[in-house]
Amino acid sequence: MSTLRLTRNLYDAIRAHGEETYPHECCGALLGLLTPEGWVVSESIRAGNARTDSAHNRYLISTAEIVKIEREARSWGLSIAGFYHSHPDHPAHWSLTDFEEAHWLGSSYVITAVAKGKATETNSFLLAGSSEEDKRFEKEFVQVEDHAPGEESASDWTGSTTVSEEKAR
Amino acid sequence: MKIFIPTPLRPYASGKDTVKVSASTITAALDELTQAHPDLRKHLFTTEGKVRSFVNLYLNDEDVRYLPAKEATAITDSDTLSIIPSIAGGSQPRQ
Repeated sequence: MSTLRLTRNLYDAIRAHGEETYPHECCGALLGLLTPEGWVVSESIRAGNARTDSAHNRYLISTAEIVKIEREARSWGLSIAGFYHSHPDHPAHWSLTDFEEAHWLGSSYVITAVAKGKATETNSFLLAGSSEEDKRFEKEFVQVEDHAPGEESASDWTGSTTVSEEKAR
Repeated sequence: MKIFIPTPLRPYASGKDTVKVSASTITAALDELTQAHPDLRKHLFTTEGKVRSFVNLYLNDEDVRYLPAKEATAITDSDTLSIIPSIAGGSQPRQ
């Protein structure tokens, strides 16, 4: 199972975005670097939901916005690691629509359930496979770090929490 | 021109995020790209040779679909071409 690593601030920001746009779906991009274990996210960028006709259960990031986001990522020496969106009053699991519309192989798709305006569960799914024909979503381990990689010594990683641990608290 | 390769297609372009080509149209640029990196072809084109429906092409800041000459548009060395797979989804299945 791959691991998506991100800081507490980024994790909170993604979830807050879903609460702000409730009852509509929020969406945005995650920027980072790929490691053998999975993506390490160091930036998130909010995007507008272009599906204004059905924003409560659909999202679309305009290509023009992605071109700008990718330009920013390159200027920072980062890659687009994946995307996030919210599911208002719906579980934090990918839907058939999410799957059919997912085309960024090797990228992480983060989904936050927002129940009655409050972010609950957040999960990440790696779009695995080598083509459209054999693509599949694989659940990832979400590792939330209290500090950005490089800011703390290796021993501090023991202070990080996983989402599953957090839910058990 | 420079062609920017999106993250998911870099494994099929020798890991490169940018590929330089010297072509006179967008179609010719894509041909040069896929000749240099043949594994990209099935990700960009249908078996009939058309750009796949979820693959978006941007010439600088312009959507190629809306250019008068579309993929036959003439290009120069200073132009950039972005290949952007679409990003969409949502909680409910399609009706």
